[in-house]
Amino acid sequence: MLKYLLRRFGFLILTLLITSMVVFVVTQLLPGDVARVILGREAGEAALQALREELGLNDPLPVQYTRWLTNFVKGEWGKSYSTKTEIRPLVMGRLRNSLMLAGFILVISVPLAIFLGVVAGLNENKPIDNAISIASLAVVGLPEFVTGLVLIQIFSFRLRLFPANSSIRPTTSFVEALPMLILPALTATLVLLAYIARLTRAGVIEELKQQYVRTADLKGLPYRTVIYKHVLRNALIPTITVVAISMGWLISGLIVIENVFNYPGLGRLMVFAIDRRDLPLLQAVTMVAVLGFALSNLIADILYAILDPRIRLG
Amino acid sequence: MTSNEQPVLEVNDLTVAYRIGDRWLEAIRDINLAIQSRQIYGLVGESGSGKTTLAMSILNYLGENGKILKGSIVFDGEEISRYPREKMRAYWGSKIALVPQNPLSSLNPTLTVGEQVREVLRLHLKMTNIEAQQKVLELFERVRLAEPERVARAYPHQISGGMQQRVMIAMALATSPRLLILDEPTTSLDVTTQASILDLIKELIQGREMAVLYVTHNLGVVVELCHRVAVLYAGELVEDAPLEELFSQPMHPYTHGLLMSVPKLGQSKSEQALSAIPGQIPALSQRGQGCIFQARCPIALEICSERPPLEKVNEQHLTRCYRWQEIAQGEIALEALFEAEGEAMSMAVPISSEKGTASALDAQGIVVEFEGQRSFFESITRRPARKVKAVKNVSIQIQPGDTLGLVGESGSGKTSLARAISGLNEPEAGSIRIYGLPASPKLSQRNREVLRRLQMVFQNPEEALNPFMTVGESLRRQLFVLQGIRGEEAQRKAEEMVQAVQLPVEVLNRRPNQLSGGEKQRIAIARAFITNPDIVIADEPVSSLDVSVQAAILNLINRLQGSFHNGLLFISHDLAVVGYLADQIAVIYLGALMQLCRAADLFQPPFHPYTEALLSAVPSVELGRKVEAIRLEGDLPSPSETIEGCPFHSRCPRKIGQICEQQAPPWRIDESTQKRIYCHYTLEELSQLQSKTRYSGL
Ligand code: SF4
Ligand code: SF4
Repeated sequence: MLKYLLRRFGFLILTLLITSMVVFVVTQLLPGDVARVILGREAGEAALQALREELGLNDPLPVQYTRWLTNFVKGEWGKSYSTKTEIRPLVMGRLRNSLMLAGFILVISVPLAIFLGVVAGLNENKPIDNAISIASLAVVGLPEFVTGLVLIQIFSFRLRLFPANSSIRPTTSFVEALPMLILPALTATLVLLAYIARLTRAGVIEELKQQYVRTADLKGLPYRTVIYKHVLRNALIPTITVVAISMGWLISGLIVIENVFNYPGLGRLMVFAIDRRDLPLLQAVTMVAVLGFALSNLIADILYAILDPRIRLG
Repeated sequence: MTSNEQPVLEVNDLTVAYRIGDRWLEAIRDINLAIQSRQIYGLVGESGSGKTTLAMSILNYLGENGKILKGSIVFDGEEISRYPREKMRAYWGSKIALVPQNPLSSLNPTLTVGEQVREVLRLHLKMTNIEAQQKVLELFERVRLAEPERVARAYPHQISGGMQQRVMIAMALATSPRLLILDEPTTSLDVTTQASILDLIKELIQGREMAVLYVTHNLGVVVELCHRVAVLYAGELVEDAPLEELFSQPMHPYTHGLLMSVPKLGQSKSEQALSAIPGQIPALSQRGQGCIFQARCPIALEICSERPPLEKVNEQHLTRCYRWQEIAQGEIALEALFEAEGEAMSMAVPISSEKGTASALDAQGIVVEFEGQRSFFESITRRPARKVKAVKNVSIQIQPGDTLGLVGESGSGKTSLARAISGLNEPEAGSIRIYGLPASPKLSQRNREVLRRLQMVFQNPEEALNPFMTVGESLRRQLFVLQGIRGEEAQRKAEEMVQAVQLPVEVLNRRPNQLSGGEKQRIAIARAFITNPDIVIADEPVSSLDVSVQAAILNLINRLQGSFHNGLLFISHDLAVVGYLADQIAVIYLGALMQLCRAADLFQPPFHPYTEALLSAVPSVELGRKVEAIRLEGDLPSPSETIEGCPFHSRCPRKIGQICEQQAPPWRIDESTQKRIYCHYTLEELSQLQSKTRYSGL
C-alpha cells in the first residue's frame, strides 16, 4: 500500500512539474509584449526597457521559469497586470467559491446518481431501467447553457424561487450564498448525474454476472445482503473513483455554467485573465486548476486502493 | 446403504430448457436420480452434456432464461423445484451447499475469506461474530489450511488456488448440509493440488450424514471417490450403475467409448491406439427424437431412431440402449467397437537408431526471462527490472520421428520453453538447431526455411487460424508464404492435407467459426503439417477438447508423425497422455528439468521425487489401483523468488536436508537406460526408497 501511494505521489509531483513547464512556456508564447501591456501604448522605449529589466524579462527562459516556480511555491504569486492587486487573495477567493459550488454539486448529484444507477442496474431492461436510461441520455445530450437557461426560465422567472444571477461577493456568507448556488449546481448536476448513473448501472450489471454473486446467493444470504454487501461493494468502485476524478473538472472546468449564472469561480477568472493578457494571473489560475486536477486524481487512486484490496495488497 | 431408506435427493423425470432466441431448447431430458445419505454420487459428462444444468436445477438456481419444463426435485421429502428464490434462501447454505469449479471467481474479491465464511455461520448457526471467528479457525484447520489466522485475514487473490478451494469446502461444510454438490471442484487445479483436495474431500465427507453429488468430466476422479455413477450424454442419462459395475461391465456404447478413449497411466502408443468415438456431441438444436448417441454409435440399428427407454440391467444398473442384452451376453464385442483408425501406429524409434544424422531439434541451454514489476523508485533510478526466470538453462534434443513429451504443472515453464523454441518469445540465452541448421532466437530474423521446418500447434486452435480466412485460404497461404507454392498445386496439397486430418474436402470453404473445437484443432494441425516440417511443437493440443474428441486428435497427431517422420515436442500437464504418446519424457518443475527418460521407464523406479509425486497424484481410471500416496505440501513458490539448491526442495517429500537447499543437485545417469534424474540421491538410493511404489503393469 505504502509503495503504491509513494508511486502515485511521485507521479503527482512529476505531472505538476511537467504541466508547470507547459503552462509557463505556453503563456510566454501568447502574443503581446508584457511591458507594453503594463505601461500602455504611449510608453517610450526606455521605460519599456527598464520595466523589462525589472521584471527579469530579458533573462533566459529557464532562469525565468525557475524564478517563477520558486516564487509560486513560496506563495509569492505577484501582482496582476490588469487589476494591479495581489494575485493570491484574488485566486483564493475564487477558489473558495469554486470549492463551495463543487461540494454542493457533489452532495446533490452523487447520492442521486448512484441511487438511479443502482435501481437501473438491478432492473436491467425492465421498464424502470429503460425510463432512467432514456431520461439520462436525453439530459446528457443537452449543452450546459441550454439546461442552465431552461432552469433560469423555470425557477427564476416563472416560479421566482431562486435568483438567476449568482454573483456572490467575498463577504457573502455560505447561508446567504446557498440560494444562489442552487441553480448552477442543478445545471452541473444534470450533466454529471447522467454520466455517473450510467457508469453505476454498467458496474452493477457487470458485477451481477460474477460468480461470487452466485456464491453469495447460494449461501442463503437475504437478497439485500447479497446486493449491499457483495454486489455494490464491487460495483461502486469505478463510480467512486470517477466521482473523485470529476472533482478536478468541477473546480475549474465549469466555465460555461459560471458565465451563464455570472458566478465568480475560477473558470471565469481564467477567461478574464486570458482576455486581459494578464500573464501572472493566468499562470496562477492555471496552476491552481492543474493542482486541483492532480489532487483529485490522487484522491481517486487512494480511494481505489482503499476499496479494492487487489490494488492495496497486490 | 440400504435403498429402502428415504433418499435425501430425488430427481424425477426432470426436463429443463433454455431460451435461445425465441425458442426453448431442452438441455436435459427425463433425468432420474436418487441420492441416499452417506452416498457419493458421481455425475459424469463432457461439456455440453448438461451436467452443470442438472446441478443448477437441483439447487433451483437456473437463470432467467432457464426453465423446468417437467419433473420434480424432491429434497428430504419436499418438492422444491417450484419454490421461488426467496424461499430457497432458507435451504441454500444451510441444507444444500455447493462447491463450485472456480474458487477464485466464486469468492468476493473485496472481502476477506474469513468474513465470507463467518457470514454463513452468523446467518445459519446464529453465531456471534466472535464465535464465528473461532469456528472459522477450526474449520480452516479441518480443511488443512496452514496458518488459519493468516488465511482468514487474507483476501482471495492473496492465497493460492488450492487454498481458495479449501476455503470453499470449509464454507460448504460449515453448516453440515444434508446435500452437498461439488461441481468440478478440482478441474481448475494442478494434478498435485487436485490430489490433495480429493484426499481432503474424501476424508471430510465419508461417513457423514450427507448426500453428495460429485459432478465431473474426469473418470479417474470418480473412481477415487464415488459409490455410484450416472453418465450423462447430451442431456440424457445413458447409464447409471454402482461404480465397480459401471467400470467393469459398461452396458452403453458411450460409457464404454468414454472409458476407452482416456489413456491410462503406462499405456503406450506402441501397444495399442486409443479408441476414439467419432464425431462430436450434438448441439442443443440438433437433438432429434431417436437415441441421443445414434449419430456416433457404431452399432446403431434402424430401431435406434426411436428413443430407447432407460432399462434395468439389474436392480442397481440402468442403461438406455436397445442392445444392452447383446452387450451383456458378449454378443457385441465392446473392445472392437471403436476401432482406432489406421492400423499402423509408428513404432517407438530406439534412442540412437539414426546414427550420424543430426537431431531434428537440438535446443541447448535455453533461458527465458520475464520482466518483473518495477517499483516507482526503481523505474526512476533506471534500475533494470528484476528478472523472473521462467526457464532456467534447459537443454533438449529430439531425434527425427521421435516424440519428446514435456510434462509439467502450471508455472513449470513448459509453455515458455515451447514459445522460446518456436521464436514467439525471444530466449535470453541458448541455441536452437534444426538438423544442425541454427535458428535465430528472434522470430523476425528466422528465414523461410527455418519457419517451414518448425511448426507449432497451440492449445487454442484459434491462435493459429485467421477468423477472416476460409480454411482453404489459410492452408494455401501457409504454402505460399513458406514454400512459394501456389495455384493448383497449393489447392491439391490443401485437399490432401484436409483428408489426412479426416475432414471432408468441403471444409476448405468454411471459416473457423463454422467449425467445432475438434475440427478447428484438426485444421490447426493440418496447417502445421502441410509444409512438411522437421519439428512440430504441440502445446497442450487436446486439453481444451472434450474427452471423447481428445483420443481422435491424439491418434491423428501420432499417425501424421508416423508418415511425416518429424520430431514432435508434445507438451502436456497430463502424465497419462504424455506417457501414451511420447518416446522420451522430460519432467519440468519451476523452469528446470527434473527427469529425462524413455517413456517406458517413466513408470519404473527410480523416480525423481517430483515425478513420483506427480505419478501418485494422477487419479486412475483403473479400479483397485492402490499405491502409496505421496502428496506435496504447500504451493509452487512464486517465480520471482530465487531458489538456491534444488528447485524442488521447498516441497520435496524426500528432501535430504540442508544439502538440497544449498547445492544444486547433480544429474544422476543410468548408463543402460539413459534415465537421468536431477537429485542429490543416487539412483540406487532412490530405487531403494521407492521400492514400494510401482506404477507399471498394474
Ligand atoms: S440405442 Fe442404438 S444408437 Fe443408441 S446406443 Fe444403443 S445401439 Fe447405439
Ligand atoms: S535434491 Fe533433495 S530436494 Fe531435490 S529432489 Fe532430490 S531429495 Fe528432493
